[in-house]
This record gives sequence, structure tokens and C-alpha cells, in this order.
Amino acid sequence: MILSLALVTLLMALFGGWLFRHSWGARPWEAQAAGQSPHRQAPPGATSARVGLGVILAVATSLFALTVSAYLMRLEQGSDWRPLSMPGLLWGNTLLLVAASLALQRAWRAARAEKPAALRTGLAWGGGLSLAFLTGQGLAWWQLTAAGATLQASPAGSFFYLLTLLHGLHLIGGLVAWWRAWRRLGRGGDITAGVELCALYWHYLLVVWGVLFALLLMT
Amino acid sequence: MIIAWVVILLTLGSVVFYVLSPWHLTPLASNWGAMDSTIHITALVTGAVFVAVNLFLAWVILRYRHRADRRAHFDPENKRLEGWLTLVTSLGIAALLAPGLWVWGAFVSVPEEAHEVEVVGQQWRWSFRLPGEDGELGRVDTRLIDETNPFGMTEDPAGLDDRLVMEPRLLLPMGQPVKLLLRSKDVLHNFQVANFRAKMDLVPGQVSYFWLTPTEAGEYEVACAELCGIAHFAMRAWVEVVEPEVFEVWLAEQPTQADWLARANPDPTAGQAHYASCAACHGANGEGNANIQAPPLAGMAPWYLSRQLELFRRGARGTHPEDTQGQQMRPFAQQLADGAAIADLAAYIAGFEPVQASPAESGNARRGARLYRTCANCHGEWGQGIPATQGPRLAGLPDWYLIRQLEHFREGIRGRHADDPYGNQMVDMAQMLVNRRAVEDVVAHITTLTATEEE
Amino acid sequence: MVESRGSAVVEEMELVHPKTFLGKYIWSQDAKVIAIQYGLTATAIGLVALVLSILIRLQLGFPGTFSLIDPSSYLQYVTMHGMIMVVYLLTAFLLGAFGNYLIPLMVGARDMAFPFLNMLSYWFYLASVLILVASFFVPGGPSGGGWTLYPPQVISAGTPGAGGGIVLMLVSLVVFIAGFTMGGLNYVVTVLQARTRGMTLMRLPLTVWGIFMATALALLAFPALLVAVLMLLCDLLLGSSFFMPEMLNLGEPSGHEGGSPLLYQHLFWFFGHPEVYIVALPAFGIVSDVLACHARKNIFGYRMMVWALILIGVLSFVVWAHHMFVSGMNPYFGFLFATTTLVIAVPTAIKVYNWVLTLWRGNIRLTVPMLFAIGFLFTFVNGGLSGLFLGNVTVDVPLSDTYFVVGHFHMVMAVAPVLVIFAGLYHWYPKVSGRMFHQGMAKWHFWLTFLGTYLVYFPMHFMGFAGVPRRYYAYGESAFISESVITMNLVITLAALVVASAQLLFLFNMAWSLRHGEKADSNPWGATTLEWQTPHTPPRHGNFGDQLPVVYRWAYDYSVPGAAQDFLPQNLPPEAVSRAEGGEASS
Repeated sequence: MILSLALVTLLMALFGGWLFRHSWGARPWEAQAAGQSPHRQAPPGATSARVGLGVILAVATSLFALTVSAYLMRLEQGSDWRPLSMPGLLWGNTLLLVAASLALQRAWRAARAEKPAALRTGLAWGGGLSLAFLTGQGLAWWQLTAAGATLQASPAGSFFYLLTLLHGLHLIGGLVAWWRAWRRLGRGGDITAGVELCALYWHYLLVVWGVLFALLLMT
Repeated sequence: MIIAWVVILLTLGSVVFYVLSPWHLTPLASNWGAMDSTIHITALVTGAVFVAVNLFLAWVILRYRHRADRRAHFDPENKRLEGWLTLVTSLGIAALLAPGLWVWGAFVSVPEEAHEVEVVGQQWRWSFRLPGEDGELGRVDTRLIDETNPFGMTEDPAGLDDRLVMEPRLLLPMGQPVKLLLRSKDVLHNFQVANFRAKMDLVPGQVSYFWLTPTEAGEYEVACAELCGIAHFAMRAWVEVVEPEVFEVWLAEQPTQADWLARANPDPTAGQAHYASCAACHGANGEGNANIQAPPLAGMAPWYLSRQLELFRRGARGTHPEDTQGQQMRPFAQQLADGAAIADLAAYIAGFEPVQASPAESGNARRGARLYRTCANCHGEWGQGIPATQGPRLAGLPDWYLIRQLEHFREGIRGRHADDPYGNQMVDMAQMLVNRRAVEDVVAHITTLTATEEE
Repeated sequence: MVESRGSAVVEEMELVHPKTFLGKYIWSQDAKVIAIQYGLTATAIGLVALVLSILIRLQLGFPGTFSLIDPSSYLQYVTMHGMIMVVYLLTAFLLGAFGNYLIPLMVGARDMAFPFLNMLSYWFYLASVLILVASFFVPGGPSGGGWTLYPPQVISAGTPGAGGGIVLMLVSLVVFIAGFTMGGLNYVVTVLQARTRGMTLMRLPLTVWGIFMATALALLAFPALLVAVLMLLCDLLLGSSFFMPEMLNLGEPSGHEGGSPLLYQHLFWFFGHPEVYIVALPAFGIVSDVLACHARKNIFGYRMMVWALILIGVLSFVVWAHHMFVSGMNPYFGFLFATTTLVIAVPTAIKVYNWVLTLWRGNIRLTVPMLFAIGFLFTFVNGGLSGLFLGNVTVDVPLSDTYFVVGHFHMVMAVAPVLVIFAGLYHWYPKVSGRMFHQGMAKWHFWLTFLGTYLVYFPMHFMGFAGVPRRYYAYGESAFISESVITMNLVITLAALVVASAQLLFLFNMAWSLRHGEKADSNPWGATTLEWQTPHTPPRHGNFGDQLPVVYRWAYDYSVPGAAQDFLPQNLPPEAVSRAEGGEASS
């Protein structure tokens, strides 16, 4: 619990600190001086979509941090903890996800450089590799179940399924956004903003997977 | 306008109510007087703030209510005032917190010399285990719990002299610190004795604890204070604080785990001889006799029969002046010499083939089925009885018997005796049957039950 | 003059303007319509919870009278009442209804940042409500495990609804959280991105601040509930053992092994405590604006109010285990959590002082919203102070799980926010409907609610001192529960009946005034905030006509020295302020 406490408090403190900074020197009761024009509020780089993605990532971080700390709490508490032997397949899956993330990064760069062909390839690879990753995760589940490490068998197993499921569901959510960008690209629309969000989201999921995988390996 | 006066009246009224209220802390019976002090300190400090803020509020409303010729002041902030208020509040909070943490320090440090008592909770009753000569409780394992091993004792030799208290009544020696180890067999419970102040949850899968020193002799009621299912409100026990000598005598009377293991198997053949005098009323095969109001015994589990016979013998049942049939039964139970004789008889009766009740003459079984939802938690969905909850089998019992017993429970004619804890529980539960019609309805449903799932 | 500064239009958004009735009122993407949908749905489900509370009170006041209320259904009523009130009424009303209506209007935006998502959020909410209601109709009925849904009890034998009812409850919560996240995303992004020109963060009305902070809390806290609910579902349906230790089900082995019930409690309260503030912070914000407007005075210590909101928000994540002082967790946590809990009392106290100081030297109009705001102050002071008992670990031990707790949380988390909801509804009713409510009925509603609830909850604290445990179907012949407690229960029940019927009067007033109320002009209270400056009342889709307003001042320019007007709207340029005779215009 300490971990998620630290993370969520950090998130809140960052947010709170940012708000404090904006408000510290303000003298709100003073009206705009006559003749001075109020300017628009949102800083130039911050589009609604980007800020929205930031919020989504904060929510997801809270979710994963809490699940991980539940995992750690359970781990500390039980004398009956039997570690789960991780299927080797997971290493391959990790590579797939890294590749997917890289492909989307390339797609984003291509979109900014207005290279439609590279954008198309990058986007296609990104989606394809992600699907491969999901399939791989499914295979890993199947391997584990076949080896008798079912959801019911041990707490370690239960948490493995839960963590991978949550991660997989987030990726599927990302694929929905990816699919919309892909269709829009097919119709010839501008998808720079969409590809950017996809790439950022994929990097985030890659980091989350890295943390989860390292955690699962270590325990 | 009125609102200001109402605020003043409510504020002062609340203070008056605090002083005059008929409800105070229960008389203290443990060393936790310090908890009471923290409550009183908190009440004083918060009370003062309550009065000050609300009276100021009321005064402000009176003084600054709207007048067309007046304008409000414009004061965005006042750093000095806000600073002072923050400082004073922080000091007040610190003054509340410090004694609280101080007492908590004592609460979490159990004295070395405290003796241990294990409190075991389950839906919906309490039992207790105390260490024997060796001063050590034997190891237990929830997975080993069953009817023959209600505490889940392992083969740990330290457990052989553990004293097992199955009835929900615990004695504690006065003036000796005790560490209560709390264990649950099923769901969360909470061991609350209001007079002790201290309390703690029982959590399955772990052992929680707290300590206290009983300081006042007397009998105190234990109430479960963590929601644990439908009979939560009826999960009671008694703690009696007595002189240490009395405690020692009581403790020595409780069976040890070794006694429990060595108890003789009941002998149905010996029981058959005892049954001779029962047969006249209850029938040769325990089928019962409606004409003389003798209920069938066939199908009833030995643990239930033993308990009821024991209650009759002790006078905890069948002594209420309005319980005519019970009074008739009592002399027969008194003929049984001891617990072994009772066990033998119960084992013999258990061999009878259960009977099927004929459908009730009155009542609406469909309405009864809804009421029976609650009963099913202890007596089983098909009336088969559940030993863990001490709920006897109901299937096969005739309507006239069920109606009479339920009415007796409702009116406290049966079950209200202090030595009949499960009877008391049933009295509480029977309050859900609010009138004769409800009784007849639920009985109409029970007489359709066959103790098994098939229709 | 406005024109000389160029167009005020910031990033005009494309709004979907539907033509059909269905499109306008049902599948609407207009935040104001969505707000009303949220409000009506929450009111409807809230009425169910109100009826349940009356059933609970009938049992306690007249034990052994109603055949309908047996121990199983009693626990079901208690559970559903708590869950509905906390999540499906208070959270949904304060954030879903007030948030949707007020955020875009108050920050000067056309609509929420993502209108489609916003609409989806409502439909998820509606679905979650319907799923929850469906649990009344499955065999075994709804869950009776208490609104905290503690395992193992909530999913094991001996608890009503441990089969179908609890599954529906959990699924409903998942849907609610999904829907809320969509809505919450909107609130946060709209406040951060869509503020009109001149609307700096420190010029935001406190209502927006309150809703904004509450949403931030909710977005970070609801995942805890989501995880807990998912794990509980796995334990129930798939036989895993996250929370279920080796245990018995009425004597039979349950087949679980190695789970930790305390883990659930940690997760639940990690959500559950912030949830208190998710409800409280919007209420704090709304009441600040109501007090300032009707006292014709600026809010006292605006910056302190904002910082207190932020501080309460941050601290609310580190106090959760004060709900678990007697849960059997490591008792040494008691030191830490008692301290953090009492620390949070400081910013809360500051807010109370500042409210009272706002009234001080004001020019107080005792309108209906003001009455409710004062009622809130009184109730909240009471409930906040009783929190100091329960937060202080030692004091909590004798009082936990007694009626003291029931009295405390109803004061602070039920009555106080509900009084604010009423204050807000009466305050904004003329804007939303274009008509005034009936004053007489509203005043009756106030007095019956305010005095009735005090009579209901204040004595409960004392029953708690006497050790009366909560969640008891009946008290039977208990040694330590005196006869007078039973009598008081009867009185409380009668008071509760009065309070409940007063709510019917309120609903009637709302409906009746829609047709028969006096026509209200666009700013009947003389308020400064932007929602009162719209060209149309009620505001149309897009809120502000052709041009978005430009903001020149904070939301609390009431009775500004030197100005002739008694209030200066936020979008009033400094040049347009007419000077009072002999005075100088404020700068």
C-alpha cells in the first residue's frame, strides 16, 4: 500500500504544487487593469486531447499502482506464497510490445514530417505487433492453465492473471483508438494528433508492462 | 431572523442535552479509564468550539442582516486573523491528539504478565479457549475444523491441556491483565463489551488481539460489532468478571482437549434402555403423538437432543410456568444420570427413520417461504438443520409443535433462560414473526420441507 | 469597447445541434441537458433509497410490527440505502448534475471539452442505476452485506443476496466507475482547457474549484474501488482467493485459501475516504458561492479557501486507515493515521471560519438558499467536530461500530451535502427553469428538513456513547441497552417520517413552479458569476450566444467600495463600472 500511497500522493502533490504555483502570487480580488486585455487561458501546446490523455494516464497509473500494491501486500503477508514459473513466451511478448511502441513512434515522426507512406507502414506495424502481443499473452495464459497454474490454484497465479488482464484491456482500449485513426487515414484524413496520442499511450503501456513483468519475475 | 434564534436555541439545547441525556458511557469495568478521559477531553474541546462558532454565527446573522441602507464590507482577506485562527486550531488539534496517541501507546503494548484467552467467533456464536498448565495455546488450523474438532486443533502437544469453552460464557479473573486473541472461523466479527471500552475485529485467516485488565466484578454482555450476516444482532455472549479463585475453579471444570479426544463414544444400546420411558409418549420409533402433544424425535440430530435434554435437566427449559408440556418433560430428563447417559440416549434416537410431516392445516406456504429465507441461514434451506449454527432440523416436525414452540419463543416462554444461549438467540430471531399469521405461514412452509433438495 | 480588444471567441467548438425532440432531450450532447438527466436519475434512485431508509426506521422505531421487514430484508435495505445514497445519489448529483450544468457556464465555455463522451457518461450512469435496481428482482434479492461490501461476509453464506444480488451490485459499480471516468475526464479537461479569456485559475468561482478538486480525487480514488470490485468478482465467480482466507461457510469448507480480508478493506477505504471528500468538496464550493452572493459580500480569504481545498484533497489520500482502527490491522498504523486525520481538520476548520467570516460584516439576505447554507454551516460544524472523536484513534475504539458513527457520518456526509444540494437547487432554479420557486413551500421544506434531521441524528451520538451497536435488526433484551434507547428510536422514526414527507413537498414545489412559478429575470439574486450573464434564461445550447464572455475580475466583486452597483459581474470591463457618488471606481 505504501507504493500506491506514494504514487498517488506524488500525483496529487504534483497537481497540488502546480495549482499552488499558479495561485501563490495571485491577488484574485484585483480586477483587470483598465485598458489591459485579458488573454486566453490554455497554454499553446496543451490541446484538449493531450490534456485528456494525461488525465487518462493518471487514472491508469492509479489503477496499476493500486493493483501492484495489493499484490505486494499479499506477498508480504502470506507464508504460503508459491512463486509462479513464468512462461518464457513472455520475453517474446515483451519484444513485440517494444517493437509496436517503436513502430508507432516512427509513425508519429512520419506524420509530423508528412510522409504518408512511412506513416502508413508505422501505423500498420504498430497495430499488428500489438495484436501479436495480445495473442502471445493469450498463449501464455493457455500454457499456464495447461500446466495447472490456474486462477484458483495459487495467489501468485490469481495476481498474474489479474495484472495481465488489466494491462491487456488497456491495450485493447488503445487499439480502438488506433482503429479509428487507421480508418480515418484510409479516408485520407489528417491523423497527426491521433497518432501522437497513440504513440504516447503505447509508450506508457510499455513502461507499465516493463514494471509489471519485472515485478512478476522478481517475485 | 428566526434562523439566528433557532441556531442559538439548537446550540444551547445541544449542550443541555449533553448534560441531561439519559445515555452515558456504560459503567467502566476495565483499566481503560483513560479512554473515557480522552472522550471527555474531546467532548469539552469540541463542545467549546461548537458553542463559540455557532453563537458567533447567530450573532452575525442578527447583526448583519439585510438593510437596504447598508453595504457589506469588502475585505478579501486578513492574513493576521487567518494566521491566528490557523494557529489556535492547530494547537487545539494537537491538544486532542497528544492524549489520544499517549493512550494508544498503552493500548498497543501488551503487558508481559498478561494471560491469554482465545476468542473464537463464527456465525453466530462465540466460543473460547484458554491455555492449560503450560500457559500456552496449542496451534490450530482452520482446515481441520469440523463437528468433531470445533476449534481446529492440530496434533500440537501444547494443545492437549487447552481448556475448551463451547458455551458462550467466559469468566475472567479480576485485576489480572488479559490478552484476548481473536480468531474467526468464517467472516468478520467484532468482540465488543461496552463496559470494557476496548474492542477489536475478528478476521478470518489471521489472529488479532487487544488487552485489558478487568477491574469491576460483574456480568457483561458481549455484542458482535461487525456486521456478520443475518443473525449479527443476535450474536451475544457473556463475560463474567470474578475473583481469581473463582476463575481457577471454573477453569478446572472446563474440559481439556485431551478430555475431548478421550470422550467415550456414545453407546446406542445403553441408550435403548433409557428410551423405554420416552417411548410411552414419543412412540417406539420416535414418531411422536399428536394426541398428547409429544413431538416426533426421529430425525433429530444427537447434538440437538443432547442439548435440549441437558437444558431440561438443568431447569433451563421446562420451568416456565406457562410451558405446560415442558414441565411434563422435565422429570423424565431428570431421570438421566449424567452427560454420558444423555449422549447414549441421543445416539439411540438418531438411529430412527425420519418421519415426514403432513402439510399444515393453516397458513400460506408461499408467504411463509419468503419469511423462511431468514430461517434457512441456520436451519438449512430444506429444513435439514446446520450443526455449525446450532440450528436443529425442522423437516418432519408437525405444524402443531412448530406453532407452539414459535409462539413460546416469541413470548419468551421458551429460550429466555440465562443458561440457554441458543434459546435466547432464537427468541431474538423469532421477533421477525410479528403475529400469529406470520407464524402459521412460516410453519406452513416448513411442513413442506423434506431435508433434501428434491421436491 | 469590448470589440476594440478583438473577438472574444476562443477556439470555437463545433456543437452538435440536433433537431428532433429525441436528439434534443434524450440523446443530447448539451452539458445542461445531461446535467438535468443526471439530476433526475439521481433523484429517482435517491427516492428509492429514501423509502429504504424509512423502512429501516420503521423497523427500529416499531420493532416486531411489520412482517415485510425481516432480518434479511433489513440488511438489504441498509446496504442498498447506503450504497445508493453515497455513490448513486450524492456523487452523481454533485458531480454529474451540478458539475455538468455549472462548469461550462461558470468558466465561460460553450460546452464540455468532449460532449460525446459526456453523453456516454450519462448513459453509463443510467445503465449502472438500472443494473443496481435489477438486483431487487433477482432470486435472493439485493446484497445485504453492508454498503462497504466487506468480504468474506458479502459473498459467503449467511448474508442475503450473496449470489445474484452482489454480482449485480459489483457489475453496476464497474459500469458506474467507467461512466464516471468519462465524465470526470470532461470536467478536468474543461476546467483546464476551456476557460474563457481572462478566467485565470484564481478567478474561478469556488464552486468550480470544489467540483474540479473532487473530480481529481475521484479519478484517482475510483480505481481503488474498481480493483477491489474486480478482485471480489473473481473470488465470487472464478474461485480465486484474493480476499478469501481458508474459512468455513456455515460449517462447510469454502475452498478458498490464503486471501486477506484486510487487503479489501485497505483498497475499499483508499477509495472510501476520498469519496467523503468527493461529496464534500463540491458542497464546500457551492455553499461558498451561495453564502457570498446572498450576503452581498466577497468570500473571505479566497486564496486560503482554494489552498484548503487543495490541501484537503491531497491529505484525503493518507487518512484512509482511520476507518480501520479496530479492523485487526497492525495497531501501530493507528499512530500515523490518527495524526494525518487530525491534521486534515485544520484546513477544514479554516473553511468553516472563512464561511462565517464571509457573513460577518455582510448584508445578509435570508433567502431560501441562504437558509439552507446556514443550515449546512450548523450541521457541518456539528458533524465535523464529532469527526474529531472518531479520527483520534483511542477515542474511536469505544465508539466505532456504534450509533455514534451513524450519527457522525449522516451529519457530515448526508445531511450537510444534501442541504447544500438544496441550497444550490434553489439558488440556480431560476436560471435552469426560468421561473422562481414557491417561497412558502421552500421555507417549510427548509425548516422541516433542517430541524427534522437534527432531531434524527443528534441523539444517535449519545446512543453511541451508551454502546448501542449499529446494523442491528432489533435490540431484544440487551443488558446494556436501556429502554429509553428504544423510546428514542421511536421518536427518531417519527422525525424521519416528517423529513421524508418534506422531501415530497420539495419535489412538488420543483414541479409546480415549473409551470406556475413567477417568471424569473436572468439574474434575480444579483450574482457575479458568468452563468447569470447569459443572453437567454434558461441558457441555450452553446450558452453565450454569439460571443463568449471575457472575464475581467474574480467571482466575488460584491459591494465593491466606490462602485455604484452592489455587484460587478465577472465580465464587466473596468471601464464600465459606474462610480458611486463621491467615490472612486475600484481598480
